[in-house]
Amino acid sequence: MTSAVTATPPLPRHWRRPNFITNPLARWALYAAVTLYLVLGIGSLEVNWARAIQGLERGWAFVLGFLQPNFTSRWGDIVIGFQESLTMTVTSTALGVALSIPVAVGAARNLAPTWVYLICRSFVALSRTLNEIIVAIFLVAMFGFGPFAGFLTLTFATIGFIAKLMAEDIEEIEASQLEALRATGAGYLQVLDFAVLSQVMPRLIGLSLYRLDINFRESAVIGIVGAGGIGATLNTAMDRYEFDSAAAIILVIITIVMVAEYSSGWLRKRIQ
Amino acid sequence: MLELRQLEKRYPGGDHALKGVSLSVGAGEVLGLIGPSGAGKSTLIRCVNRLVQPSGGQIELDGQDLSALGSSGLRNARRQIGMIFQEYALIERLTVMENLLSGRLGYTGFWASWFRQFKGNDIAQAYLLLERVGLSGMENKRADTLSGGQRQRVGIARALMQSPKLLLVDEPTASLDPKTSRQIMRLILELCQERGLAAIVNIHDVVLATEFLPRIVGLRAGSVVYDGPAANINKTILTDIYGDEDWTAITQSMQASARGAPEDSKPENSVLTLATSP
Repeated sequence: MTSAVTATPPLPRHWRRPNFITNPLARWALYAAVTLYLVLGIGSLEVNWARAIQGLERGWAFVLGFLQPNFTSRWGDIVIGFQESLTMTVTSTALGVALSIPVAVGAARNLAPTWVYLICRSFVALSRTLNEIIVAIFLVAMFGFGPFAGFLTLTFATIGFIAKLMAEDIEEIEASQLEALRATGAGYLQVLDFAVLSQVMPRLIGLSLYRLDINFRESAVIGIVGAGGIGATLNTAMDRYEFDSAAAIILVIITIVMVAEYSSGWLRKRIQ
Repeated sequence: MLELRQLEKRYPGGDHALKGVSLSVGAGEVLGLIGPSGAGKSTLIRCVNRLVQPSGGQIELDGQDLSALGSSGLRNARRQIGMIFQEYALIERLTVMENLLSGRLGYTGFWASWFRQFKGNDIAQAYLLLERVGLSGMENKRADTLSGGQRQRVGIARALMQSPKLLLVDEPTASLDPKTSRQIMRLILELCQERGLAAIVNIHDVVLATEFLPRIVGLRAGSVVYDGPAANINKTILTDIYGDEDWTAITQSMQASARGAPEDSKPENSVLTLATSP
C-alpha cells in the first residue's frame, strides 16, 4: 500500500486559487491606481473645523429640544397629519398593488408578447428611476399642495416596485405547471389564476405588506415637499424652530413604523 | 383516430428535432415511444396538442386537422387530449381537488373557476376518480404534501377529468422508484382499457415499455426507426434505436418479464403472460 504511493511521481502539495485578474502586471497596476485615487481623494477634502465645532453646539441645542418632546401644543396638527398620512398610505398601497398586477404580468417574459413586455418594462423602469421626492415635486406642481399629490406619488412608486419584483417572481415560476394547464384547454386568465397566481400569491401578499410599510415612511418624507400628511406637519414644526413638537412627531412616526414593521413581519411569516 | 403526417419541427436555434414523422394511432391503442435523450420524443407528443408549434406536417385527430386551428379552436381540441407529465406538473400550492378540477377548466367559465364554483357533475366525477386512483379522502390535502407516486396519481386523475379521447404521457415513471413505476404504468394501462383510451407513452425504460405496452415506436434523431410489436424488440432493433451497446442484460430481463418473473405474478400481468407464453 505505502510502497505503491511512494512509487508514483510526487503529486503537488500546494494549490492556490487562480487570481481573478490573471495578468500580474494588470493586477498590481489596478491596486496602485485604487490607492492613488484614495490618497488624492482624501487629500482634496477641506474640513472647516471651526464651522464643525459651531455646528456641534447647534446640534446640541437640537438634541436638547428632542429630549423634551412636546406632544400637547401641536397635538391637533399631529393628529390631522397622521390621518392624512395613513389615508394616503392605505389608499395608494391598495390602488398601486391592484394596478401593479397587470403590469407585472405584462413585464414577465414568459407570459407576455415582446411588445407588451417592452412597454411594461419601460413603465417599471421609469417608475423606479424617478425618486419619490422628484415625482412628488412634479405632482404637487400639477395638482397643488396636499395629500392628493402624495397619494398619486405613492401609487406610482408602488406600481413600479411591486410590478418589478412580481415580474421577476413570475418569470421564475415552474413552467411545467403552465404547460399542464394549457394542455387542459384552459383559457389565458384561468391559466393565470391556477398556475401563476397560486405560485406567486405568498410573495404578492408579503410584498404588499412591505410596501405598506415603505409607503408610510415615504409619506412622511414627501410631505416635506408639499404632498401633505405628517411630513408637512413636521416641516412646519422645523421651520418654526419648534424642535420639541418636531421631536414629538418623529417619535410618533418611529412608533407607528415599528408597529407596522412587526405586524407585517408577523403576518408574512404566517402566510408562507 | 390520431394521424400524424410528415410532422416536422425545427427549433429557432436550428435544432431539427422532428424529421418528417408519420404515425397512426387507432382508437383505444396504447403505444410506447422509446428512443435516446434528445431523439424528439417530448417534442413529438408536445406537437400533438401544440404545446410545441410544429414547423410542418399535419396532426389529425378524428378527422380534424389540429395544426390549422386558431387559439379558441385549439383550446377546444386540447380538452379532448389529456396529458400526464414526468415531474407531475401539479399546481403545488393548491389542493388535490383543485388540481383535479383544473382538468375541467376548458369546460368552465372564468368567473366560475375563479370562485371555484365547478359543476356538480365535475365534482362527483372528481370524487369517483380519486377513489379509482386510490386517493380517497385526500381531496383537501395540498398537492405538495403528497409523495411522488401519489402526485402522479393526481396527475393521472387530472388528465382523466377532461374525459379525453387521447392521453399523452411524458415519462410518467422517470421520477419514481421501480415499484411505484410499475404500479403507475399498470394504473395507466388499466384506465386506458376501462375507458377505451388511446395513449402515446414516452418512456425511457425499455424493459418497462416492452412489458406493459403492446406496440413500440422507436425514435432516433427525429425519425421513426422502428414501429412494431413489443415482442419483436431484440438486440438489433435496440442498436438501431440507441446505437451500439451491450444489450444482453436488457433483452434477458425483457424475456424474463415476458415469461412472468415470480415477483410480478400479479393478476394484472396475467393477460400479458398468457399472450406471450407458448
